[in-house]
Amino acid sequence: MDLPIYQEEAAPKSGGCSAGSCGSTDDQLGHLSDDIRKKVEDHPCYSEEAHHYFARMHVAVAPACNIQCHYCNRKYDCANESRPGVVSEVMTPDQAVKKTMAVAATIPQMTVLGIAGPGDPLANPERTFETFRQLSEKAPDIKLCVSTNGLALPAAVEELSKHNIDHVTITINCIDPDVGAQIYPWIYWENKRIYGREGAAILIEQQQKGLEMLKEKGILVKVNSVLIPGVNDQHLKEVSKVVKAKGAFLHNVMPLIAEAEHGTFYGVMGQRSPSPAELKELQDACEGDMNMMRHCRQCRADAVGLLGEDRGAEFTLDKIEQMDIDYDKAMEFRAEVRAGIQAELDAKRAEKAKVVPLEDSPRGRPVLMAVAAKGAVINVHFGHAKEFMVYEATYQGARFVGHRKTDSYCAGDETCGDGDSILDKTIKSLEGCEVVLCSKIGYEPWGNLEAAGIQPNGEHAMEPIEEAVMAVWNEMLAAGKLDAPVEAKKRA
Amino acid sequence: MALEIIESCVNCYACQPVCPNDAIYEAKPHFLINEDKCTECVGDFADAQCASICPIEGAILDELGVALNPPGSLTGIPPERWAAAQAEIQARGGSPL
Ligand code: SF4
Ligand code: SF4
Repeated sequence: MDLPIYQEEAAPKSGGCSAGSCGSTDDQLGHLSDDIRKKVEDHPCYSEEAHHYFARMHVAVAPACNIQCHYCNRKYDCANESRPGVVSEVMTPDQAVKKTMAVAATIPQMTVLGIAGPGDPLANPERTFETFRQLSEKAPDIKLCVSTNGLALPAAVEELSKHNIDHVTITINCIDPDVGAQIYPWIYWENKRIYGREGAAILIEQQQKGLEMLKEKGILVKVNSVLIPGVNDQHLKEVSKVVKAKGAFLHNVMPLIAEAEHGTFYGVMGQRSPSPAELKELQDACEGDMNMMRHCRQCRADAVGLLGEDRGAEFTLDKIEQMDIDYDKAMEFRAEVRAGIQAELDAKRAEKAKVVPLEDSPRGRPVLMAVAAKGAVINVHFGHAKEFMVYEATYQGARFVGHRKTDSYCAGDETCGDGDSILDKTIKSLEGCEVVLCSKIGYEPWGNLEAAGIQPNGEHAMEPIEEAVMAVWNEMLAAGKLDAPVEAKKRA
Repeated sequence: MALEIIESCVNCYACQPVCPNDAIYEAKPHFLINEDKCTECVGDFADAQCASICPIEGAILDELGVALNPPGSLTGIPPERWAAAQAEIQARGGSPL
C-alpha cells in the first residue's frame, strides 16, 4: 500500500520565551487555529500546566476488541491505554454515566471523561455512544474523548461528530504493513479473522483514513505510538511525519512495557522495553519541541482524578448508589471552580509573557533534573517517590520532558538485574539526570546518588517545580558548572 | 450443530454482537452459546463468527470438543515458549497465568 510521505514545513521561529511552560504558545503549535490551541491549553491530558489543575477520568464500558496487539493480553485491560496486568470492572453505559456524574459532583475540577477500554471503544459502538449520548445531555460541560486502534474509525466518524467529542486518540504504531505484521498477529475485519501482513495493511489503511476524516470534520486528533525497540523505533520518525502532515496535532511516543508476567507475546518472547535514553531520543525526534504532553503516563483506564492520583476507590458502584447528589448545583459549582482556575492560569500566563529574554544572557548547557512531586510543588520524599518528573533546564527555562517510574516499571533486563536493591534501581532509572529535587532525602541514598554523579537537593521543598529547577540551574551556571555553552537546539 | 464456550472465556463481550443468530448470551461465570440457536454460522458466513473474533485460544470448542483456536494460533507464542515462561515465573515465586 502506498502512503505519501510529506516533508514537514519548518515553522518560522519567533522570539524565545524565558520562563518554562511556554509550550502552549510555542511555535510548534503555530499551525493550530486559536480555537484548537485554546482547547489544548486547558486540557489536563495535553497541557503540562492544566494537568496540575484539571482532572480527568476514564470509564471502562468497552470490553470487546477487534484486533490483537503483541503487547496486549486480553485477560487484562488494553495494555496501550492502561497499565498492563490491570483488570478493570466493566460497567454498563448507565453505570458509567452515574459514576461520571458522581465524580464530577465531588471533584469539580473534572473536565474530561474518556473511554479507552478495556478493549477498543469503537469495537463497542453501542456501549460507547450510549455513554456519550447521555453525558452530552446531562453534563454538557464535560468534554468527552475516545481512544481507538483505528480499525473501526472510518465507520464511526459520522456518529462521533454528533457528540460532544473533544478529541480522538488513535494508536498508530506503523504505516508499513511489514512492520505491522510484527506488531499485530490478526484483526477481525468484514466477518473474518485476517492474519499477519494482510491484516496489518487493512488496519493501517483504516487508521490513516480515519485520521483524514476526523481532520475533515474538525475533530482534534492525537496519535499515540508504542515504541518497540528493534521493531518500529526508527520507523516511528516516518510515522510522525505522516500523521502530523495529515493533521494530528500531537504525536505521543510511549514506551513498550513487556514482562513475561503479563502473558503478552512480547513479554513471553523476551522483547525488551526501551531504555529512558532511547525513549527520549524518539520523543525528541517525533514530538519536536512541543512543550507539553510528556506528562502522559499511560494512566489506568479507570483512573479518577488529577493526573498522577487515583481516587477511584471513592467511587465504587456501591458507594455511588449511596451518594445523594444535586446534579444542577454540582454543575454550577464546577463552573465556578473552573472560572477560578482559569483566572489563575491566565494570570500566570500574563506574568510569564512579561518576562523578556535577555539576548546576551549567559547560556549554559541544558541539564536534566528529576523532581519528586505530586502536583505543582516539590513535596515528595525521595524514598517515597513512585516516579520522578524529569525537567530539562536551559537558558530558556524549565520544560517537562517525561516521567521515570521507580517501582515495578524498571527499564528492562539489562538495567535492572535481580541483585539490585530498590535504591539501585531507582538510581538507574534516573540515568542522564544531574540533579534530583525532593522534599527530603535519607543519608544512604544521598551518598549513593552522589556516587552515581547525581546531586541530591532538598533545599527547595514546597516550592513550585519550575522555579526550583531554574534556581538550581542558575546556581550551577554561577558556579561555572555549565560552561561550554551549547547553541540552543533549534529544531525544524 | 453448535459451538460451545468454556471456562477460559474472559468475558470480553466480543463474540456476542457478531453472532448472526443471537445465540450468545452473558452468563456467570462466563458467556454461553444457546445450542438451539447456534448454526455454526452455516449459511450466513464462511467462518463461525464467535470463533473469528474471540481473542482467547481454546475458549470456543466445536461439537467434538476441539478448540477452534488452538494454542499458539492467536498469540503467535509457540506453546513450548509459553510453558517455559510459566515455569520460569513459578520458579521465581510468581503465580502462573
Ligand atoms: S458459531 Fe455462529 S451462530 Fe454459533 S454462536 Fe458462534 S457466531 Fe453464533
Ligand atoms: S469472545 Fe471469547 S473470551 Fe470474549 S466473551 Fe466471547 S468466548 Fe469469551
